[in-house]
Amino acid sequence: MESLLGFDNAGGPWGDLPADPDLSRIRRKLQDGVRLDFEDGLACLETKDLLGLGHLAWTVRRSLYGDEAYYIANHHLNYTNICINQCRFCAFHRIPGDSAGYTLTPDEAVARIQGAELDDLQEVHVVGGCNPAPDLDYYVRLLEALSAARPGLHLKAFTAVEIAHIAARAGLDTLTVLERLKAAGLKAMPGGGAEVFSERIRRILFPRKPDADQWLEIHGQAHSLGIPTNATLLFGHVETLAERVEHLLRLRAQQDLTRGFQCFIPLPFHPANTPLSHLPGPSGVEILKLMALSRLMLDNIPHLKAYWIMLGEKLTQVALHFGADDLEGTIVQERIAHQAGAATAQGLTRMQVETLIRGAGFVPVPRDTFHNRVVHA
Amino acid sequence: MNTERVVQMCLVGERLGFQAARTLYRSADLLTLGRLAHAARLRLNPAPVVTYAVDRNINYTNICVSGCRFCAFYRPAGHPEAYVLGREALERKLEETCRLGGTHILFQGGLNPALDLQWHQEQVRCMANYGLQVHGYSPPEIVFFARQSGLSVRAVIERLMAAGLTSIPGGGAEILTDRVRRRISPEKVGSRQWLQVMETAHGLGLKTSATMMFGHVESMEDRLAHLLRLRRLQDSTGGFTAFIPWPYQPGARTLAAETHGGVEYLRLLALARLVLDNFTHLQASWVTQGAHVGQVALYFGADDLGSTMIEENVVAAAGVHNRLDEDQMRHLIRTAGFEPRKRDPLYRSV
Repeated sequence: MESLLGFDNAGGPWGDLPADPDLSRIRRKLQDGVRLDFEDGLACLETKDLLGLGHLAWTVRRSLYGDEAYYIANHHLNYTNICINQCRFCAFHRIPGDSAGYTLTPDEAVARIQGAELDDLQEVHVVGGCNPAPDLDYYVRLLEALSAARPGLHLKAFTAVEIAHIAARAGLDTLTVLERLKAAGLKAMPGGGAEVFSERIRRILFPRKPDADQWLEIHGQAHSLGIPTNATLLFGHVETLAERVEHLLRLRAQQDLTRGFQCFIPLPFHPANTPLSHLPGPSGVEILKLMALSRLMLDNIPHLKAYWIMLGEKLTQVALHFGADDLEGTIVQERIAHQAGAATAQGLTRMQVETLIRGAGFVPVPRDTFHNRVVHA
Repeated sequence: MNTERVVQMCLVGERLGFQAARTLYRSADLLTLGRLAHAARLRLNPAPVVTYAVDRNINYTNICVSGCRFCAFYRPAGHPEAYVLGREALERKLEETCRLGGTHILFQGGLNPALDLQWHQEQVRCMANYGLQVHGYSPPEIVFFARQSGLSVRAVIERLMAAGLTSIPGGGAEILTDRVRRRISPEKVGSRQWLQVMETAHGLGLKTSATMMFGHVESMEDRLAHLLRLRRLQDSTGGFTAFIPWPYQPGARTLAAETHGGVEYLRLLALARLVLDNFTHLQASWVTQGAHVGQVALYFGADDLGSTMIEENVVAAAGVHNRLDEDQMRHLIRTAGFEPRKRDPLYRSV
């Protein structure tokens, strides 16, 4: 595939097309290695030139990763759905005492990841609710049991929200909790629970959750312990475009300090079965604009994920042309997005993921938790 | 021919021949194709408007003797699920369509030997009496009626027009090369005959659309031949309102095919916009692509988002279920950055 608009091709073949002057300015900045600022970010989300914006992100993505697109053979394990936070965008949680609530014992969790069809498994993604019942020992035993069951498997576990909850329950500080969990086998942390870094939105949607400062502090602590993490943004509910841009800028500033974010994952809000089910959710065009802006603005976070569970398979393919280089993975038994009405399959085989990537015009490359290439037998 | 040269041709609106179109499709990246197609769309339809229709697909029968290998909808006569829509059921559907602000009916069905031309004329009159426009009977049906009745294609179309037919949908085109048609729909009209029906309709002053179902056994060259045949006929008649491509949806019991997904769809859509320089409108297929990619298609050459489809049976029979009401349709168009405008089957604002 030949890209016809490189940054070195100043006027390019596009001289005759009506161009968004904001995008021309942003393109010059990218050419000169100047960071995008708040105004640039807003201009990207407001532009009418969707494909002009996409082309900038595509050019950056191509220079970083060429024709490759990455995925991981992983398993999602939601160890409990009991949660005291009751966030208004969540269709997954059950309050303590609800008969539909569950908590897996470490042995039950191990049983979920055993099975012949999971030979290629690289990673278990372990997240759950803020359940008041278990103590720190439960989380330690959970990680130890999973590590012992499948040596060599990487455990990417617990969002910053869970870490804060575990620490509060144990009466310890979050750094100490992270140290204990690391000793029990924690290798990396997922990026969930960031939602939107906005006090206004937090008060409306997730008042019981840690605020942006605390979320970022916990990730900084993980980075200081050599635990790489991801970051997310849940968008397309009641936040403004400016709040989306501010979120990206805060992440970029944190990454400048602690350097441990591996991947950013924009999560389009799925309204079904939540108290916000009257909202339409973000449209395809909005999702692609945010994807492209993320690639352009987060110049210090290496990877950008099009999470196929949330985007759907078709839009995921398109998103690979708008800056994304990663698809997440095979994801056996995803529950959280499906409770919110995600229409996608709950898991794909490695062959299905590779077909999806090839069908979008890219070369599939399997990876591990740390984004190293792996060779499957 | 190099890609740079073809890009220049597109930018100035020069007509693409077979070689140029093939070069572009093989070598240009997705967003290059899209940007060229969107520029071509803005030349043909400069206003930032996206049209849509409120209509209902009524399939008068699922009994069909054609036996196309890609079809999950048809049943043989005598099958427990075989049906012919009765008059009462039809009228209920028409009343509901009127209530929901529908302007027309997309009326199509299987090739059912038990229904004669007179029956069809009565159906059209019934729909017209409700004040609904009738966008009905694709070329395979018209040829079937002609064979059945011993009349010419022209006479069949004239009778349906006299009964109130507004326009003809472009269905049954699949891929307009006989190499492909012999493999997927050997009992259906050939490519030449499909084009002749449309030419005859255009000659009688009846507008039609044109479609393409791709992504099964055809090659890139077959797809291009399809587009170029449509363009040639349009040069001579000017009777096509719009082109509507969609990817084949393999069902549980139909022809197996590898699905390529969203990128392949957008590439084909953009190519169609660039090759079909004499078609005013290009329709996005949200019903096969879902609302997200259907919306994004508005930047890859499409200026129409199709219909709300109060009822849809054929794609659903292959296991694909997407729903959109009029408010959602308008919201999609607005959030894409365009102004929504409701249209009739002739693409006139209503």
